[in-house]
Amino acid sequence: MLRLLKYLRKREWLYVACAVTFIVAQVWLDLKMPEYMNSVTQIAQGRSTAHAGAAGGLSDIWVDGGFMLLCAIGSLICSIISSYFIVHIGVDFSTRIREAVYTKVQGFSLGEINRFSTASLITRSTNDVQQIQNLMTVGLQMMIKAPITAVWAIAKISASRQEWTIAMGIAVVALVTVVISIVRLVTPKFKLLQSHTDHLNQLVRENLSGIRVIRAYNAEDFQQGKFEEVNEEFTGTSLFTNRATAFINPFMSLVMNGMSLAIYWTGAYVINTASLEEYASLFGNMVVFMSYGLQIITAFILLSALFMNVPRSLVSAQRINEVLDAQVSVEDGPGVGKTDEVGTVVFDHVCFSYPDGRGNAISDVSFAARKGDTVAFIGATGSGKTTVVNLVPRFYDVTAGRVLVDGHDVREYRKSELAKRIGYVSQRSVLFSGDIRSNVDFGDNESDDATVKRAIAIAQGSDFVDAQEKGIEAAVAQMGTNLSGGQRQRLSIARAVARHPEIYIFDDSFSALDYKTDRALRQALKDEMADATCLIVAHRIGTIMNADLIVVLEDGRVAGQGTHEELMASCEAYQELAYSQLSEEELR
Amino acid sequence: MSPKTRKQMVSKARRGSTRNKQDLGASLSYLVGYCHQYVGLIVVAFAFSAVSALLSVAGPSLIARLAETITKGVSSTGIDISLAKVNGIGMTLIAVYVASMALDYLQSLIMSHVSCSVGKQMRSEITRKINRMPLRYFDNHSQGDTLSHVTNDVDTISQSLNTSVGVFVSSSTIVIGCIVMMTITEWRMSLTAIATTLVGFIAMGRIMGVSQKYFVARQKSLAELNGHIDELYAGQMIVRAYNAEESELRAFRDANERLRQRTFQAEFLSRLLMPIMTFVGNLGYVAVCIVGAALAFGGSIDFSVVVAFIIYVRLFSIPLSSIGQGFASIQAAAAASARVKAFLAEEELEDESNKTTRLSDVRGAVSFDHIRFGYVPERTIIHDFSARVEAGQKVAIVGPTGAGKTTLVNLLMRFYELDGGTIAIDGTNLADVTRKDAHEVFGMVLQDTWLFEGTVRENLTYGKESVSDDDLLDVCARCGLAHFVDTLPRGLDTQLNDSVSISAGQKQLLTIARAMVADSPMLILDEATSSVDTRTEEQIQRAMDEVTRGRTSFVIAHRLSTIKNADLIIYMQDGDIRETGTHDELMECAGLYAELYNSQFSMDA
Repeated sequence: MLRLLKYLRKREWLYVACAVTFIVAQVWLDLKMPEYMNSVTQIAQGRSTAHAGAAGGLSDIWVDGGFMLLCAIGSLICSIISSYFIVHIGVDFSTRIREAVYTKVQGFSLGEINRFSTASLITRSTNDVQQIQNLMTVGLQMMIKAPITAVWAIAKISASRQEWTIAMGIAVVALVTVVISIVRLVTPKFKLLQSHTDHLNQLVRENLSGIRVIRAYNAEDFQQGKFEEVNEEFTGTSLFTNRATAFINPFMSLVMNGMSLAIYWTGAYVINTASLEEYASLFGNMVVFMSYGLQIITAFILLSALFMNVPRSLVSAQRINEVLDAQVSVEDGPGVGKTDEVGTVVFDHVCFSYPDGRGNAISDVSFAARKGDTVAFIGATGSGKTTVVNLVPRFYDVTAGRVLVDGHDVREYRKSELAKRIGYVSQRSVLFSGDIRSNVDFGDNESDDATVKRAIAIAQGSDFVDAQEKGIEAAVAQMGTNLSGGQRQRLSIARAVARHPEIYIFDDSFSALDYKTDRALRQALKDEMADATCLIVAHRIGTIMNADLIVVLEDGRVAGQGTHEELMASCEAYQELAYSQLSEEELR
Repeated sequence: MSPKTRKQMVSKARRGSTRNKQDLGASLSYLVGYCHQYVGLIVVAFAFSAVSALLSVAGPSLIARLAETITKGVSSTGIDISLAKVNGIGMTLIAVYVASMALDYLQSLIMSHVSCSVGKQMRSEITRKINRMPLRYFDNHSQGDTLSHVTNDVDTISQSLNTSVGVFVSSSTIVIGCIVMMTITEWRMSLTAIATTLVGFIAMGRIMGVSQKYFVARQKSLAELNGHIDELYAGQMIVRAYNAEESELRAFRDANERLRQRTFQAEFLSRLLMPIMTFVGNLGYVAVCIVGAALAFGGSIDFSVVVAFIIYVRLFSIPLSSIGQGFASIQAAAAASARVKAFLAEEELEDESNKTTRLSDVRGAVSFDHIRFGYVPERTIIHDFSARVEAGQKVAIVGPTGAGKTTLVNLLMRFYELDGGTIAIDGTNLADVTRKDAHEVFGMVLQDTWLFEGTVRENLTYGKESVSDDDLLDVCARCGLAHFVDTLPRGLDTQLNDSVSISAGQKQLLTIARAMVADSPMLILDEATSSVDTRTEEQIQRAMDEVTRGRTSFVIAHRLSTIKNADLIIYMQDGDIRETGTHDELMECAGLYAELYNSQFSMDA
């Protein structure tokens, strides 16, 4: 939690200072009141030596009462002003933390995202930040006010009778002990609670993303069963934490009541042994002590409300810190600037294993693509084709060897420099809510309407885009769920085309297109990207036969590379694929 | 013509789902209605809370008697306090306080139970609700928005129920109890206290009226931000690849800033409640002191009464500020329950409990009779589609992307309801049977491969318990998954989650295996083999041929070689049938299909 405080800016520290000032003023005013009260008490008892006459006494009561009221009003104003600052601090702070988490996540590579899981990252950015905000807005005021009140009040009564001070001390010690043990007891449970929240989130996301499959298989009950299980765990854990924290409040009242009883009880004995002269001041002292005592305990009670929030917030803070502290495995390079080569991609004995470490996903892959080359990767499912192309835009970094783009190691580039060179089209189309234009003119594409339309035309999407009432302003839902698979794929291709990249990466990006569209698209792309280097992951030899270089992958290793003719002559794995796919006639 | 043009509705979705401005009362009464099954428990909790509060109110009068005993012991002759009496009162007080605490804790325990149960029930009801809603809804609402209901909204409600309601009741009881006791003790001083309290409540009412709408706005902004984050995290790879971090960050900042403002307004206003109530407490304190002291000075009351009142007023001021705090939290809960209420009130799929027609012993003859359909009423996608499929036939649906092929599947699966015409299976109108029944007769492999978190086994059987391991392994073998399953650390019981990387092809194979396991009389394969390499595809093809034997199957594929042997090929374009026939027939007439088929062989691109 404390580590998060570095996200407070100067202005907020100023606010903290203001809040503290006003809270101190408020506490002073609050503590001033019992003094007037004491004076009123003394007068009313008619035992105050200063006020012999009845009339004078009554007017003094009014004066002191008036001062008390002034104190109360002052206290209200101070409290409102300090609230203003405190709420500002809490809300601004959490807004900034949220942004920090968000920005950090944007810098994550796939490795980190998978490690945390998307669902958990979402909870950490929303729910966990919310917990911090709750603590800050609810807690900060108490956190400042309660100790000040307690210390101040204690100082005021420290000169009083030992018996009462002891009673007071016992009460405070009891309070602190109980609160600390409860916090200790529930903190691990709160940790569990947040991870259950992640899990609930995960399951609901799953239910939403797989809604069709779930319905098709009548699996609603099955999914619900899974959800209920986690829901049950979540409920059980929160029941535990609720029960434990619920103890704090009643205990607080017990202590508070117990203390006032103790003061009177011991007071009776003290007074009984006192002389008549001492009596008046003793009794007055007792009443005053009690008011201060109650204020101290009240401070602690308010603090207890805070303590109910603390454990959960601490856990949230920890979870947020985990994200903020996460070592980003793919870090920005120093930057390259202008390069001598353009559009070249070289793999130099590249090995890569996934962070969960199940051996190398690809090993010793080497190949070179010149400007304008088309390099195709072919091989069985799971042979490492996607992994190879993912290393170019640095979704992951190699574990050994080098990947060179334009003659420089990809790790030398600043992320934005590298991305600028690449037009990446993923296996599964990713679209964002917005409209067609915002999806094509995405990121730093900076395309005008004409470019957007041209890109769509090249991606063979003109027919369906033109059919939309609003054309390129037609709305697109999250993940493009309001479009068909082929339409989504074409838009994500258009997004890459609109970029005019040096290097295209197509990760099996034509799978949802029919042959006719596929063919027209390839032709258009060929015209468009005559100069561009192109890395294609493909399944069908027919579609990549004409590639300048075909890399055949088998279990993460290069089983052969060359042109179609060369491979047909030399590579057994390739021949096998070719014969299974193409007829004699096509092979010629 | 594009198939799924729901764009008008999509844009609405961005603006969130809670359209109606819910007022506090309506939301709260909804929440109360929601808790109805716990009414008994809540009443008990309230009773405990009230008794506990009353006991703590009784305390001061006993304390006052203690003080009285002390003052009575003092006379001009000396001090002789009746210590026996003091001890008696002290013991009584201990008993009273302990009982008060016990009851209070019991109350808290009950409310914990209620709030957790209500939270659980709400979460579960929301997820159940998801199952009962038409797909249409989710086409128009972001995932994060729906997610926000389950986490943020329910959390807010449950936390508020847990802490605030109990505090609220006990505080109110204490306030009322204090007032009663005060009135019994001294009516003039009591009147003073009541008058000041009233001032406080009026102010509170004013503030709450204003802040409620900010609370509603805040929950909405929160959902909006949730939606943005959900979407961006899911597509983070693309954001990075396109250097879109900055523009997305701007969008995020906007949403974050809106949330900041709304939160500030709501929080600050609600934060006013507590100091105001504290002030009211102080005001009461001062007023009571003045009146009390004046009265005591005038000799009309004993000084011990003033002592009791001081305690009453102190006792009074804490619950008063708690009431303020409680209200703030209840407001937040009301805003959240307004959203939950709106979500649960969303239109549902038609209730089918009265449908008695069953699909049993399905042979698999399907007839489409003049069907008409559009995702939005003003835009018809399928105009007039009729076709007859005999039992056991393999039907291929082809056509350019966006021709309405997937729509046809959506209609067969009854994901959407027809606007006109009928689809009948073995002569039974599909609309007459339950959706569950309709789903049961189809095995389905969709365009989007989808696996859930769970073991491989669970992903394949989907809760169907009657499937033996041998059967499963057999299916895996037939789908070419035998090797994959063998290499998994725990075989069929390996958990599939984010950290296990499975290739797209393997995912596809798993979903195909899932359809095989389901063993339904009919099959729908929507572009199922598109991202599988050819060797695997062949394996699948063989398995599919085997599994489709004797079953009616609908295949939507772009790889025309896989459907060459279909019994019937339907060529669709713009939602209408253009050509039907077998491969040979269609090739012969050299129409659209032939053109499409031939295009795959001219690979000059």
